[in-house]
Amino acid sequence: MAVMTYLEAIRETLRQELRRDDRMIIYGEDVGVRGGVFRVTEGLQAEFGEDRVIDSPLAEAAIVGTAIGAAINGLRPVPEIEFADFIFPAINQIVQEAARIRYRSNGDFGVPLVIRAPFGGGVHGALYHSQSVEALFAHVPGLKVVIPGTPYDAKGLLASAIQDEDPVLYFEHKAAYRSLKGEVPDERYLIPIGKADVKRQGNDLSIITYGLMVSYAQRAAETLEKEGISVEILDLRSIRPLDGEAILETAKKTGKVLIVHEDNLTGGIGGEVSALIAEHALFYLDAPIVRLAGPDVPAMPYSPPLEHAFMVTPDKIAEASRNLAKF
Amino acid sequence: MTPEFQKDIYYHMALARAVDDRMWILNRQGRAPVVYSSNGHEAAQVGSAFALNRGEDWIVPYYRDLALVLAYGMTPREVMLHLLGKAEDPNSGGRQMPAHWGLHRLHIMTTGSVVATQDIHAAGLALASKVLKDGRVSVAYFGEGSTSQGEFHEALNFASVHKLPVIFFCENNGYAISVPARKQMAVMDVAARASGYGMPGVIVDGNDPLKVYEVTKLARERALAGDGPTLIEAKTYRFVPHSSDDDDRVYRSREEVAEWKKRDPLVTFEKYLLDNQILSSEELTAMQQKIKDAVNDATDYAEKAALPDPSTLGLYVYHQ
Repeated sequence: MAVMTYLEAIRETLRQELRRDDRMIIYGEDVGVRGGVFRVTEGLQAEFGEDRVIDSPLAEAAIVGTAIGAAINGLRPVPEIEFADFIFPAINQIVQEAARIRYRSNGDFGVPLVIRAPFGGGVHGALYHSQSVEALFAHVPGLKVVIPGTPYDAKGLLASAIQDEDPVLYFEHKAAYRSLKGEVPDERYLIPIGKADVKRQGNDLSIITYGLMVSYAQRAAETLEKEGISVEILDLRSIRPLDGEAILETAKKTGKVLIVHEDNLTGGIGGEVSALIAEHALFYLDAPIVRLAGPDVPAMPYSPPLEHAFMVTPDKIAEASRNLAKF
Repeated sequence: MTPEFQKDIYYHMALARAVDDRMWILNRQGRAPVVYSSNGHEAAQVGSAFALNRGEDWIVPYYRDLALVLAYGMTPREVMLHLLGKAEDPNSGGRQMPAHWGLHRLHIMTTGSVVATQDIHAAGLALASKVLKDGRVSVAYFGEGSTSQGEFHEALNFASVHKLPVIFFCENNGYAISVPARKQMAVMDVAARASGYGMPGVIVDGNDPLKVYEVTKLARERALAGDGPTLIEAKTYRFVPHSSDDDDRVYRSREEVAEWKKRDPLVTFEKYLLDNQILSSEELTAMQQKIKDAVNDATDYAEKAALPDPSTLGLYVYHQ
């Protein structure tokens, strides 16, 4: 057991999986010699060679599209999209190809593929290096969308994603890369995709969230504890599939739900979570469901005051929690 | 090239034309909702298929490729099941529109409708072949209209940079539905694109199956030798509208169609085989009867086959 950053947990998992399975390859922009712009794949090309850790041409549709072909012909591709914001040139290949190849072939073909991409803001990345794009993909049957919130989960979820027979989008919060640290076992372990995790037990209200916001919610919960407010935190870990059972369980337990995500409010996964609760747990609620999310502006601006105004922060989570607790 | 080999090429061209003709009849009788045809493209498709290790090399077809998939081993029954959306359709179980081929058994890659997406898949299949050293070549088939798509260019570039064992096979029939090639590109030939990606671009008479065979065979050898991809442009013509819902009289003169029909690959190749005593008229008659029987059998079989059960709607969204 070692203490690792979120980034190191991802890198070590990639290394472990490359060692375990000869069919696995990594490729994308700058992932080879440079080891990725965030250094997630640092050292992997040196260990596994240029055939398995490949610097590809700068063309996202080609990165994903070739990964689909390679997966069907026997490899386990784990391509990286350098920033989630750059995934859009590949959206047809993801949504209309990878996601529906199994369905359209009536089960004759499958696409075991993991697309990794750093997402999220708070790092002065502005409109095109800060986006949270997950809700767009969560809408698509055939895809799985995984977003780890801790180094431990990052490892177990990535190993599961690589082993999965279907296309998985694995979004890594770039502000979490070096800020989050935690204990990560050396040995391989799998965390099932689609199982949420209660990160903190509490009684007064539930915060349902994922990604970087898990750690922000934990900081808010520590503050609130001193004020006598007991917060439960449910980390969704994947937003497709959603763990409906765990969502209803925490909603029924505390009767007050705050859903938090950095992605834009409208059409964000918070709407889906609150619909589930409204449909199946309405009479357990003691207050209206509250959503705290990125505002409905196209993306996160660059200049610090504007960026800060966009970001969901521990303070904003604490404030929203206080109001909900008082209801 | 043995006489048997040439006769086999002809057989598959004639089979495709007969299946195609039957599909149109079924459509006009209201028994098949929509038809996409390979009528006119048979030489390009069958000639190239015969240069491959059929069933082992990957082909990534597009909707025009009926003759190609038949030459690759798909049966007329399987084609008709697909046309009529039957549960037993091995391409998609009745989920996809006709001419959206895909059959893992024969290494025919499943295909969608957005053009040029398949070019990148062929490069990816070939990427795996390069890493796994499985001795397979992948071939993307596409029309000239789709070469306007970015993904066509991305695929050529990716494949050439990584010297992948892949062939890009363009069936240039001069029209993307109604839009003529001169409004699609400012160069005369699709093959001219190749030089920009550092690969050979080869133009071939797409109505001559033997010439198509030869250039495809060379491209395959080049791919297997590790020398990278080739772009082949087969110049051809479709004799029928884009689909059974199209009316090509709006955009093509009857004179133009008649002029191309003089070079109908089925007619010219048949004449070549007869004139050179590769095929006797008795053999031809027997072959035609065999084809007729196969088409009748396929039609009867597919029409009697069951439609998909609505309860299967939710199957195979994910692995199960």
